[in-house]
Amino acid sequence: MNIVVLVKQVPDSGAERQLTADGTIDRENATRVINEMDEYAIEEGLRLADTTGGEVTLVTMGPDEATESIRKALSMGAHKALHVLDPALHGSCALATSRVLAQALQTINPDIIICGAESTDGRVGALPAMLAERLNITALTGARKLTVEDGSATIERQLDDGYQVVQGSLPAIVSVWDTINEPRYPSFRGIMQAKSKPVTTLSLADLNVDPSTVGSAGASTEVVQHAPRPPRQAGVKIVDEGDAGDKLVEFLLAEKLV
Amino acid sequence: MAEVLVLVEHADGELRKTSAELLTAARALGEPSAVVVGEPGVTERALVALGEAGASKVYAAEVDGADAVLSSAALDALTKLVAEKSPSAVLLAHTADGKDIAGRLAVRLEAGLLTDVVELSAEGARQAVFAGSVFVDAKVRTPLAVYTLRPGVVEPEPQQSSPSREDITIAAPNGARVVERVVEPRGARPELTEASVVVSGGRGVGSADNFALVEELADVLGGAVGASRAATDGGMYSHQFQVGQTGKTVSPQLYIACGISGAIQHRSGMQTARTIVVINKDADAPLFEIADFGIVGDLFTVLPQAIAALKARQN
Repeated sequence: MNIVVLVKQVPDSGAERQLTADGTIDRENATRVINEMDEYAIEEGLRLADTTGGEVTLVTMGPDEATESIRKALSMGAHKALHVLDPALHGSCALATSRVLAQALQTINPDIIICGAESTDGRVGALPAMLAERLNITALTGARKLTVEDGSATIERQLDDGYQVVQGSLPAIVSVWDTINEPRYPSFRGIMQAKSKPVTTLSLADLNVDPSTVGSAGASTEVVQHAPRPPRQAGVKIVDEGDAGDKLVEFLLAEKLV
Repeated sequence: MAEVLVLVEHADGELRKTSAELLTAARALGEPSAVVVGEPGVTERALVALGEAGASKVYAAEVDGADAVLSSAALDALTKLVAEKSPSAVLLAHTADGKDIAGRLAVRLEAGLLTDVVELSAEGARQAVFAGSVFVDAKVRTPLAVYTLRPGVVEPEPQQSSPSREDITIAAPNGARVVERVVEPRGARPELTEASVVVSGGRGVGSADNFALVEELADVLGGAVGASRAATDGGMYSHQFQVGQTGKTVSPQLYIACGISGAIQHRSGMQTARTIVVINKDADAPLFEIADFGIVGDLFTVLPQAIAALKARQN
């Protein structure tokens, strides 16, 4: 089975993150990590490869530094990687990103594409569906469980009040939440092997994408301005002297919250 | 005034809370038309509520199997309506279904997409990024804009209208099939992302049994129960109630955090709450920084006292 896992390098959500003057995410000065949800996608891809005898190809789009995340994902056990790398991609909107990734995915012709349900930086959350639309394949989004057999995939699709069992034929794109599995840590052997695993780099020219349709200039959306959220007004902080529960209720009453 | 299509969310014709929020938010952009997609007969059941919520028009896209196939019927209906009515924007809820439909529609129509919007205006959309620490004002450059709105950020303002109904014909749904729908028990509590009060527990709660105290406070306030990742990963509470970056994003009127230190990942899921109460033994817990009312104290003495006081008031 030809398995693709989409990987995105993001600024660590536990560290300081900022936007640059042009409204794009500052990736250069950030602590860079694999998007957390993608680790679950990698794990799910590796498990599927184990049971079906398939291969896992990582696909990423991002600047030079994204190779750090590619190597980490390869060290977990993925077989090879494809890196879409082109300076013109900087500032691309979700529409353009999905267009470029779809072009890249068509060079691989996967049976199944697994990805995180959202990234911790952009948090658009719609890319899996956008890719399904571009590639005209089944969209199985927000999975907390995945089963693949006889040319079809079945997921438990996590909802706010429960879940749906959803089934569709392959090829399909499956996006996963962190409830789906427990990602493995790279082994020492995995880390050593990752260094020699093949990573192919494709530019926009390689993918026949017109650079003027991507990046900040070709974006369908633009950031007009951005600013740190105004700090919340300093609140009241009390130390419990045996009456804090009552004080809390007084506060709620004063604020008309009860 | 420009027409704005609003894809309403409903369960068998009964409007979800997000629908009234969407219809209210859409007024900032133009005249809101509700799009109802579902099994035959469903629109009739939603009409009164849609009039109360302020829909100027109602488009009914009813087809057999609408609920049995993911996204397909709604996508088809919206594609058709955009072509026929040339609206300036399509507005959906930032939910599992809303995100999927919005993404596919944006691709199909090459329309700019802004998701998880917390405020809409004629100028554009505001998003709260990086765990809610930065506001981004963005706009769409294409003639049609597609937005998804974060549930709970807009207070519905009912506006009585008598919407006209127009039926549209759509093709038989096609795509991933919904085989089964399972609603997981949460008792009589409201749904987490829709609740106006959320009481959450974290590591400090200590055990699954102790969560009963958090639940009791939630119940006496008519609220939902949430949990931090430390609590769900620690097996104290079910993952489906996790609030935070990898869980749910909530924007209630009142958020009470019990024994939660406030890692940025947690803040990301609750920072847009109107009023935040923090109860923690550790006076240095970072969540105090964003608390409107902070209590440095033991939740096992503070909560029972508050619960007793609230109950006494209710009697």
